[in-house]
Amino acid sequence: MKNLFLIGFMLVSSFGFAQNEGYKVGDVVKDFTLKNVDLKTVSLADYKDARGYIIVFTCNTCPVAKVYQERVSALNASYASKGYPVVAINPNDAGAVSDESFEKMQALAKEKNFSFPYLLDPNHLVTKQFGALKTPHVFVLSKTDKGNVVEYIGAIDNDSEGENPAKVNYVQNAINELSVGKKPTISATKAVGCSIKWKKG
Amino acid sequence: MRIFFIICLYLITYSINAQVKLLTLDDLDKRIAQGKDTTYVINFWATWCSPCVAELPDFETFHLANLKKPVKVLLVSLDFKSKLQKEVIPFVQNNNIKAEVFLLNEPDQQQYIERIDKKWSGAIPATLFVNKKVRRFYEKEFTEMELKNTLLNLK
Repeated sequence: MKNLFLIGFMLVSSFGFAQNEGYKVGDVVKDFTLKNVDLKTVSLADYKDARGYIIVFTCNTCPVAKVYQERVSALNASYASKGYPVVAINPNDAGAVSDESFEKMQALAKEKNFSFPYLLDPNHLVTKQFGALKTPHVFVLSKTDKGNVVEYIGAIDNDSEGENPAKVNYVQNAINELSVGKKPTISATKAVGCSIKWKKG
Repeated sequence: MRIFFIICLYLITYSINAQVKLLTLDDLDKRIAQGKDTTYVINFWATWCSPCVAELPDFETFHLANLKKPVKVLLVSLDFKSKLQKEVIPFVQNNNIKAEVFLLNEPDQQQYIERIDKKWSGAIPATLFVNKKVRRFYEKEFTEMELKNTLLNLK
């Protein structure tokens, strides 16, 4: 009986971990207001001319996120002018990892010359709302009459090491398709990333 | 003389590589299939992943406690392949890891993440308990006690 209880408990807990309670493709995103590294606040509604958004959960310390920093900048350089700006959000708690502090975010944005906002998400509110589980984790949105709709969730490409001969640029492809009025052929992908450093206690 | 050098070099690299072998998922499946009654506890980790590094001593203790049982701990690193010599092997040596360590040799994360478990988001640490009858995947951290209990209740 005790074993049965334990098994039941483990099934429930593993289900709980695997279950992503955030947005799925097709969901409408609730707008947010977060503090940027320049101390100003940023909301999706601020982008009057946007046709959509590239929301990137990224951070200061994760080596996978670091490898992708330049590719995130390149996405903004290519697509902001076409109506799809990058909005980066740091989902990590500085209390859990001190190098994730707001000051370190400011330093990184300055050093790497970020041309897009890099937002602090205190208490992981927006992170949980989206259901981001790791860094980097991308959500591509399109602006519609219903609101901002999730069109793609996942990785930037399938080549974190820069050596996959069969490289596919998922985010670029999704936006290229969206911008001509199509739905992304691939709307969800997976990639290895750093788990989110949640606030303790 | 030159051939002698090449042989020496080969032997040296071979002995270093012997500590952390490259592993494809086909290799892993083969190993599980040949494992008879063995349960494999396969931890996916990386030298850059701090919660993974933090739980490795628990996997080590668990490994040492199960040496005489049909239980094998396999530590599969998801570090970049380019980091094998510079990061992964020194890490394994410095931390004196006795469990078997591998570096995953799969080019496409899209394929291998799904193949390991459909529900896996790709975040690490993650651990797979697998034998010929049961396959359980956990995207979470483990303590030694949790490893023990999970193994006991694997049915």
